[in-house]
Amino acid sequence: MQRIGVFVCWCGTNIAGTVDVEKVAQALSHEPGVVCSYNYQYMCSESGQQLIVNSVKEHKLDGVVVCSCSPRMHEATFRKAAAVAGINPYMVEIANIREQCSWIHKDMGDATLKAIILGRAAIAKVNLNAPLYPGESPVVKRALVIGGGIAGIQTALDIADAGYEVDIVEKTPTIGGRMAQIDKTFPTLDCSACILTPKMVDAAQHEKINIMTYSEVENVKGFVGNFTVDIRRKARHVREDLCTGCGLCTEKCPSRKGSDEFNMGLKKRGAIYIPFAQAIPKVPVIDETQCIKLKTGKCGLCEKVCGVKAIDFAQKDSIETRQYGAIVVATGFKPISLENFDEYAYSRCPDVITSLEFERITNAAGPTGGKLLRPSDNAHPHTVVFIQCVGSRDTSGCGKPYCSKICCMYTAKHAMLTREKYPDTDVYVFYIDVRTPGKGFDEFQRRAVEEYGVHYIKGMVGKIHDVDGKLLVDASDLINDEKICVAADMVVLATAIEPSDGARALATKLTASMDTNDFFTEAHAKLRPVESPTAGVFLSGTCQGPRDIPETVAQAGAAAAKVIGLLAKDKLTTDPCVAISDEMLCNGCSCCEKVCPYGAITYSNKEFRIAGKIETRRVASVNPAVCHGCGACTVACPSGAMNLNGFSNKQIMAEVDAICK
Amino acid sequence: MHSSNKTELKKLVLRISGAHPEKCMKCGKCSAACPAFDEMEIHPHKFAQMVLDERVEELATSKGIYKCMSCFACLERCPRDVKPAKIAEAARAVYLRQQGASYMKQDEIPSKLDDEIPGQALMSAMRKYNK
Repeated sequence: MQRIGVFVCWCGTNIAGTVDVEKVAQALSHEPGVVCSYNYQYMCSESGQQLIVNSVKEHKLDGVVVCSCSPRMHEATFRKAAAVAGINPYMVEIANIREQCSWIHKDMGDATLKAIILGRAAIAKVNLNAPLYPGESPVVKRALVIGGGIAGIQTALDIADAGYEVDIVEKTPTIGGRMAQIDKTFPTLDCSACILTPKMVDAAQHEKINIMTYSEVENVKGFVGNFTVDIRRKARHVREDLCTGCGLCTEKCPSRKGSDEFNMGLKKRGAIYIPFAQAIPKVPVIDETQCIKLKTGKCGLCEKVCGVKAIDFAQKDSIETRQYGAIVVATGFKPISLENFDEYAYSRCPDVITSLEFERITNAAGPTGGKLLRPSDNAHPHTVVFIQCVGSRDTSGCGKPYCSKICCMYTAKHAMLTREKYPDTDVYVFYIDVRTPGKGFDEFQRRAVEEYGVHYIKGMVGKIHDVDGKLLVDASDLINDEKICVAADMVVLATAIEPSDGARALATKLTASMDTNDFFTEAHAKLRPVESPTAGVFLSGTCQGPRDIPETVAQAGAAAAKVIGLLAKDKLTTDPCVAISDEMLCNGCSCCEKVCPYGAITYSNKEFRIAGKIETRRVASVNPAVCHGCGACTVACPSGAMNLNGFSNKQIMAEVDAICK
Repeated sequence: MHSSNKTELKKLVLRISGAHPEKCMKCGKCSAACPAFDEMEIHPHKFAQMVLDERVEELATSKGIYKCMSCFACLERCPRDVKPAKIAEAARAVYLRQQGASYMKQDEIPSKLDDEIPGQALMSAMRKYNK
């Protein structure tokens, strides 16, 4: 390779403001192999790309170096331009002189020198580039949705409506998720169950949707278009194919000590139970930790009363292995533990509850039948205090540094509904800021203050004392610069939300990235908000960050659109930048196999003719469809047999030499 | 303590306290937790902003911050790790270390004594203020 063109981009002032682009183009024109060197205002613009195409033709270039932004931004753009000009797209190298140079330096002299060095390294590398050709892989036309809340249900419905098969894997015994627990939804106050359960039924009856409840993803292998997923079907001890959902077993069960998860532990349930009346599937599940028969061998009452012989105490967990083209994560949220917030007396006083517990108390299907009664003595509370930002916006390490986003609105909803149903109740809301961006949201919160007479007080609560059956709430009133004490009958904590249990373990299985708060990260915060950086993995709902129902549904549809776009393809092109093993150098040590995070490397015995003799040796080979091109094997290989296409050891060393020259 | 020296005083308080007043989000949890609130004319939730606004002298000469019992409830419960108690401590230290500017003059002490003051407190006060 001897004919290289260099194209230095100004990126407006993004690069040209700190890097002397003229000087860079000038300096790089003297590098070995360079036959032309240009600088231009916007290399990614149509005329910029045309400059590249024309130069390739005019100077008969066989390699191109673009000094511009990160390859994550425009490598694909410039590769396409090269293809248009008739050279192999993998003969293009990007020198990142924006993110790694102009944006981080202030001094023009330093930045210019660094840009020249980075350009020199790219030229040294492109000198050793060889044409590469992408392969093809088929697409399994089925999607997996992990999580059966509103996010997962909506994504599954949208994908299935487009004609593709979808499996929903839900770890609890029913789909429905958090939305099924909620009483009313803001800002319209329509009943949550009334709008959710028809969607649950739609999902259950859809011929393209297969629901696997009480199941969890055990293991994920493969890559975009070709995932192989092991799903653990936890032993329900009730046969879904026989059970009619009559519920007789749940009534007769003598064990009554299980904590009712659906009611946030405000009630007890039997060892065999259906989480709620509209559960799907309406099939009970036996809680192995509570069942007397499973623990002691005696009882079996449910088995005796079941008319269709659906109870199966001997049932064991089973693993089902299925293929998918795309995976959607919709694992949702949970309220944080309040163990770091003893000042609010949550663990000591039963009448201090979380907002999700309040939802259950006001829900007609909840433990109090929808009557606002406090847990300690079932009395009607006359003074209710709501505290916002409990554990949210907390950088002290006790809570979460982010705003949980939904609390301002649901607290306004709770306050308003309390005042509406029980006008004799005094309602206080302690807040730091009221954050209500959203259609009709601020109007909603103002109605709580202006029409319903809710006392909104700016200031936090310092401590709650339990004195003679009253909860004394010490709080700041910052507007009046006073400290006040409210004698409350009930206190509701707007508890911060965090990703569901197991989210991080799932991310590891999917090799999907997460932020420090265990929310899944998107491929691009603005432009690819529903895709994980891992190809073929998509994000739906609160697994990605706090959001409300309308936003979740919108995002669920967006994730479905991305999945449909993927499944509609018959073939995917695969990245040719994968590892290859030089069998003549390989010593069969297995180092590469051990470090490969994707299971792409296998060993086999092969026959070689060496100096006239036939010899059998154990050598590594790479499955290019599974390899992600991370390069771990090339570093681990002690004999230098592993190489990464497009990033060979020689190329990397040439870059290092060029930088150190 | 000269008023032209305001920026220096702010820097000094920041250095002594190790606090980060810019992190304060004005939630008032510190004041809500403060057992000495009623005895203060400047309440704990204002400490951070007063330092940022270079009003250290005003804070240090207020009577209220000498009512602070250093119980650290504000520091313990602050969701932003602002450390109002340490700001108060630093403001007191900055003021008390000014030559001749001690809040409590030596000859004022006898008049303030009563039977309930522990001997240790007396010794401590003498050490602190007897400059």
